[in-house]
Amino acid sequence: MKLGNAQVEQKIVFFFLFLSTLIILIPVILVLIVIISRGSSVLNWAFLTAMPRMGMRSGGIFPTIVGTFYLVAGTLVFALPIGIFSAIYLSEYSKRNLLTRIIELAIVNLAGVPSVVYGLFGLGLFVVFLKFGASILAGSLTLAVMVLPVIITASREALQSVPRSFREVSYSLGATKWQTIRYAVLPHALPGILTGTILSVSRAAGETAPILFTVAAFYLPRLPQSIFDQAMALPYHLYVLSTQVPNVRLELQYGTALVLVGLIVIANLVAVIIRSYFRAKKQW
Amino acid sequence: MADAKIKVKALNFYYGKFQALKNVKLEIPEREITAIIGPSGCGKSTLLRCFNRMNDLVSGVRIEGEVVVDGEDIYCPSVDLVHLRKKVGMVFQRPNPFPLSIFDNIAYGPSIHHFASRKQFPEIVERSLKAVGLWNDLKDRLRDLALTLSGEQQQRLCIARLLAVEADILLMDEPCSALDPIATERIEELMRELRKKYTIVIVTHNMQQAARVSSRAAYFYLGELIEYGSTQRLFTRPLRRETEDYITGRFG
Ligand SMILES: Nc1ncnc2c1ncn2[C@@H]1O[C@H](COP(=O)(O)OP(=O)(O)OP(=O)(O)O)[C@@H](O)[C@H]1O
Ligand SMILES: [Mg+2]
Repeated sequence: MKLGNAQVEQKIVFFFLFLSTLIILIPVILVLIVIISRGSSVLNWAFLTAMPRMGMRSGGIFPTIVGTFYLVAGTLVFALPIGIFSAIYLSEYSKRNLLTRIIELAIVNLAGVPSVVYGLFGLGLFVVFLKFGASILAGSLTLAVMVLPVIITASREALQSVPRSFREVSYSLGATKWQTIRYAVLPHALPGILTGTILSVSRAAGETAPILFTVAAFYLPRLPQSIFDQAMALPYHLYVLSTQVPNVRLELQYGTALVLVGLIVIANLVAVIIRSYFRAKKQW
Repeated sequence: MADAKIKVKALNFYYGKFQALKNVKLEIPEREITAIIGPSGCGKSTLLRCFNRMNDLVSGVRIEGEVVVDGEDIYCPSVDLVHLRKKVGMVFQRPNPFPLSIFDNIAYGPSIHHFASRKQFPEIVERSLKAVGLWNDLKDRLRDLALTLSGEQQQRLCIARLLAVEADILLMDEPCSALDPIATERIEELMRELRKKYTIVIVTHNMQQAARVSSRAAYFYLGELIEYGSTQRLFTRPLRRETEDYITGRFG
C-alpha cells in the first residue's frame, strides 16, 4: 500500500514533535546522573546533621539545611497570606478599571524581574533602609517579594476555576460575599493555591542571588539564634564550595548539590501529589 | 388576590439597554404552585431572579417597579438581603450540590446563619431530608459526597438545603430539565407534597409539567406577560391567540 503525501507528512511531523520532547529530557537526566553518581558517596546521616569542619572541607552541611528551612518558612509566613489576600481581592472584589489593569501589569512584570535585581532591592530596602541588616528576616522578605507575583497568579487561577454555580448557590442561600468566598470558594481553590505556592517557593529556595546580600553567610560556627541573625543556606553554600574555597573534594560539592536538588524534587513531588489527589476527588 | 405571597407591580427590567421585562403585573398566591411558561429568552429566569434579587449579582442591570413579598417591597433600600434570600430559596436548572458531604450540604445554610448550634444540625438534616423523601435512602451515608448521588437525588438534596434555612418560597428554574422522565415525575410528586407548606414558582418548558403540577400559569412572550390565570382555564380556554399557539405547539 502506498502512503499518501498527507500521511507521510503526518509521520514526519510526529517524529519531530516527539524528538523535541525527548531533547527536553536529556539535560534533566544528565544532570541527575552526574550529581547522583558523584555526590551520593558522601551522602549519609552525619553529612546531613553535622556542622562543617576544617574550613568547610569536611564535616556536614547541617547549618545550611537549617538556614534554607528557616528562609522557606519565613518566605511562606510573609508571602502566603499576602498572596492569597490579594488574589482574593483581585479575583473577587476588584472592578475592571484602570487601577486593576495597572496592578495586573505590575504583577506580570514583577514575575519577569531577574532574581539578582530582587537581591539588590532587598539589600536597599530591608538590609539598609529598614536596618534589618543581613538577616533571616531581610532574606525571607526579599524571597517573599520575589515569589509573590507567582503565588498571586496561581491563586487567582485557582479561585477563578471554582465554578460560578458554587457562588450562586451560596448567595441564593443568603450568604454574604465574604461568607461565600470563605466557605464556598476558598476551600475548593486551596489545593491549587497550595500547589502553586509550593512550586514557586521551592524554586526560590534554590536561588542564590536574592539571598546573597540579604542573609547568606559564608561560614557560621553556630546555628542562627533569631530572625535578625545571618544564616548559611544551601544554594549559597554550594556556590562557596565550588568557587571560593580551594581544595574542596569534588564529592562534597556534588553531595551538597544532591541535597539541594533532592529537597526541591521532594517539594515538587508533594505539590504534584496534592494536585492529583484533589483532581481525582473533584468532580465538577 | 388578598393573600398574594408575591406581588409584582409594573416591573421593568433592563440588562444595560436591553429591556428583558416589560411592565409586568402579577400576583402569586400563597401555598400554590405557579408555573411560568413561554419561549426561550422571554424573561422567565429574569423574573424568577427578581424575586430573590439574584439579578443584583449581574452588573449593569436596572429595575423599575415593585416586587412585594409578604407585604414588603424587596427592592426598598432598607431590605435585609440575607433575610430575603433565606426566605426565598432557589432551585437551579442543573442540580448543584457543593462537593461536600450530604450532611455538610444541608448544614451549609444553618452554619452560615448561625441560627442553630452545631448540636442541632443532625436534627435539621434529618428533618430536611425527610421532607424531600431522601431520609430512608441516605440516613446511613450522610458522610458520602453529595456528588455520588443520582441527578434526581441531587436535586432533592438542593431542595432540602433550602428547607434547612427555613425558606417558605421555592423558586424553581427548570428543575427537571436535567432529569429523565421517571425522575421528573417523582420530583413533581414532591412538589405537590411541598405545596401544602410552601409557595412554589416553577419555570418550565414542559407544557405537560405545567399542566400537571401548577394551579396557576403565566405565559410570557418577549418580556411581556401575555396571559395569567388558573392553569386549567389557560390550557383549555386561553383568552389570547398567542397563548393558544404556544401551548398547542403551533408557536413560531
Ligand atoms: N446577563 C445578561 N446580560 C444581558 N442580557 C441577558 C442576560 N441574561 C439574560 N439576558 C437576556 O434577557 C432575555 C431574557 O433572558 P432569560 O434568561 O430571563 O430568558 P428565559 O425565558 O429564562 O429563557 P430560557 O427559557 O432559555 O431559560 C434574553 O433575551 C437574554 O438574552
Ligand atoms: Mg431561563
